[in-house]
Amino acid sequence: MALLEIIDVHAYYGHIHALKGVSLTVDEGEIVTLIGANGAGKSTTLKTISGLLRPRHGAIRLAGEDLVACRPHDIVKKGVSQVPEGRQVFTRLTVQENLEVGAFTRSDPRAIAEDLEQVYTLFPRLKERRNQVAGTLSGGEQQMLAIGRALMARPRVLLLDEPSMGLAPVLVDAIFEVIERLHREGTTILLVEQNALKALQVADRGYVLQTGQVVLADTAEHLRLNEDVRRAYLGIT
Amino acid sequence: MGERFRAALRPAVVVGLVGGVMALLLSLVGMVNAFAGRPIITGVLSMGHTLLFLTALVTGMIAARRVLHASRGAGRPVALPGAALAGLASGFPLAVLVLVGQVVNLRAVLQNANPVLYGLLTFGRDPGAGLPQLVLAGALVGSLGGALTLLPGRVSQAVVAGLGTMLLTGLFAELLQGILWDLGVPAATTRLFMVQKGLTVAGALVTGAAGALVQAVWASQTPKVRRRLDALPPERRRRVNVALAAVGLAIVLWLPQVLGSFLSYVLVLVGLYVLMGLGLNLEVGWAGLLDLGFVAFFAIGAYTLAILTSPETGWLALTFWQALPVAVLVALIAGVILGVPVLGIRGDYLAIATLGFGEIVRLLVGSDWLRPLTGGSQGIAHIPRPVLGNIALIGPQQIYYLVVAGCIIVWFVATRLRNSRLGRAWMAMREDEDVAQAMGINLVQTKLLAYGLGAGFAGVAGAIFAAMIGSVFPHSFQLIISINVLALIIVGGMGSIPGVFVGALFLVAMPELLREFTEYRLFMYGGLLIAMMLLRPQGLWPEPTVRLELAESEEPEVPARVTAATSPGQGD
Repeated sequence: MALLEIIDVHAYYGHIHALKGVSLTVDEGEIVTLIGANGAGKSTTLKTISGLLRPRHGAIRLAGEDLVACRPHDIVKKGVSQVPEGRQVFTRLTVQENLEVGAFTRSDPRAIAEDLEQVYTLFPRLKERRNQVAGTLSGGEQQMLAIGRALMARPRVLLLDEPSMGLAPVLVDAIFEVIERLHREGTTILLVEQNALKALQVADRGYVLQTGQVVLADTAEHLRLNEDVRRAYLGIT
Repeated sequence: MGERFRAALRPAVVVGLVGGVMALLLSLVGMVNAFAGRPIITGVLSMGHTLLFLTALVTGMIAARRVLHASRGAGRPVALPGAALAGLASGFPLAVLVLVGQVVNLRAVLQNANPVLYGLLTFGRDPGAGLPQLVLAGALVGSLGGALTLLPGRVSQAVVAGLGTMLLTGLFAELLQGILWDLGVPAATTRLFMVQKGLTVAGALVTGAAGALVQAVWASQTPKVRRRLDALPPERRRRVNVALAAVGLAIVLWLPQVLGSFLSYVLVLVGLYVLMGLGLNLEVGWAGLLDLGFVAFFAIGAYTLAILTSPETGWLALTFWQALPVAVLVALIAGVILGVPVLGIRGDYLAIATLGFGEIVRLLVGSDWLRPLTGGSQGIAHIPRPVLGNIALIGPQQIYYLVVAGCIIVWFVATRLRNSRLGRAWMAMREDEDVAQAMGINLVQTKLLAYGLGAGFAGVAGAIFAAMIGSVFPHSFQLIISINVLALIIVGGMGSIPGVFVGALFLVAMPELLREFTEYRLFMYGGLLIAMMLLRPQGLWPEPTVRLELAESEEPEVPARVTAATSPGQGD
């Protein structure tokens, strides 16, 4: 059984039918990527998983447990944590305070302290700036902080929403290195990305979304070689 | 040369005229007249004149800065004459007013344009002699302002401190005199420095010099002392802190003995506003929930205590101590009840909704419908005084201790909350509700706790207020209290706990002590808030992280930005 299952999910913004029956699965230890154009429903899919948008129809399950009826904070507690789009860190809190908020659903101070050290090992820059207000970090550092904050919840599934958005190429590479490293360490990741080429390089499998529907699902390698995908999303003719 | 000179002096004249219009406004709203009865230096300088001089001083400071700026450093030799010119110019609108006033009777339209004002503006002489003197005084004070800008920071700080000390001691000379007499200082000694309501010239010189000296010593010694303190081992540093806290507490406890009944009453008011300020600070400063109806919880605390203790309502006639926890609890529940309907409302809309809540509570307690419970517009009287052991806490000097105890407890709770999980959740929510939710924070619970606890703090203040006054009336709970509390946390520094204390001292004690001020309270609030937003938006005593943020943003962050922005282009 897949760790995260999304079955025929329909979601609306007011009257706009944003997701028209999306189904996908993520297995334990996998990186699965959602690619697609603007407005295809990638971020909306993540929002329905994390409970910020309630689907009108369909099922979302984590290890067989229903998530649709849960409130957002309970979903975090069950093990789904999100790196929101546009690296929304808490700008007026310090780096360390941001990370502590990430561990909000947990109560064991020893384990939290251990994970804090781990995040600092993963991102030494953050350790240097632990007492600095997050709003003063550079874009790349803020993205690292957002990822670190999500990891502090010790998630079973990590949802990454456009981690490379608005970053310089060097920093994009750094972020993807981190994603690969998390993958090697066994973290399960659902990755939404505009940068389809990068995403398909690190992912195991991928889904192509178009106007709220899954139009293609395959291994990342096959998608990379697929003619339509190459033309539409990789900019290669 | 002439060209450059003129270019440099232009801004000075403009600033001067703006300052003059400001002085004109202060005169025409009647502040100069109202304050004229309050001497700073008896027979020499009144508060009314000081107001005008302060305007000229600030005008001179700004003018000097503008001149320096306009001529890109080349104007340094012109800066001082520029400031003098600005001060001179600031006197002109006033002179024009007096001259026009001689011919036309302006009183029909401008109530305060009366002979008394003209007399003040001409220093009691006829216009021919007085007006040149006025304009000249403006030029002198303006050049002092310019000198303050040009002098090295330390010197001008000392001068400002000296003038400030003189001004404050002069303003409160009458109160100070009383305190000194109570302390056993013979009247013969105080008379050297203070007569009637103001300072003597000797007193002015002594206090001014003392203020300047203290500031100078403070500025030169503080870094050294701080460095030595930092060098101490933590164990000893803790001991120093404990000792300082003990001395502070001893002074706080000793104060009412020295200050007497009136000043103790003022401090009690300050304390009540501190209690409310800490509560509202929790809602607005930490959780980011703007609340304009905060007086509601103060009222609910006061009324609950009144209903439970007063024999008039014939309910329970509990003692103060029995009723206090109930009052706090009821206020807390009221906070939660307010919270439920406004859970989904943010920002401006929330401000309006809470504003409505405050008015609803005031109207309800005064309504005929609740008359059997709250006494309608007649309120509830005969609230018994709190009794501690066998001492009845009757006057402000005794209630003071109750307020201090309340403040210490609430301060302690607030400090603990700030660094708790809940405090973090509030601040995360303030920054971004959606992201906070995505971090696993239960928004409903977190918001309701903010409203409830904030309201509880106000409930403590309300209960003590009711017990001190001995009666409660609907008109004691006007919107202005909500505004005062909000203003004091803004002036003190949003989210800062010490800021609440500073803000309350500043905004509550000052108007009480300057009774002439009462009429202009809102005017001054408006001016002060605008000035704060322009000059010191972080507040008088900001939160450490805000300070950190501002300090960081002054660092050259630009290079990092530039590389981030340009490197994609290089990659192409």
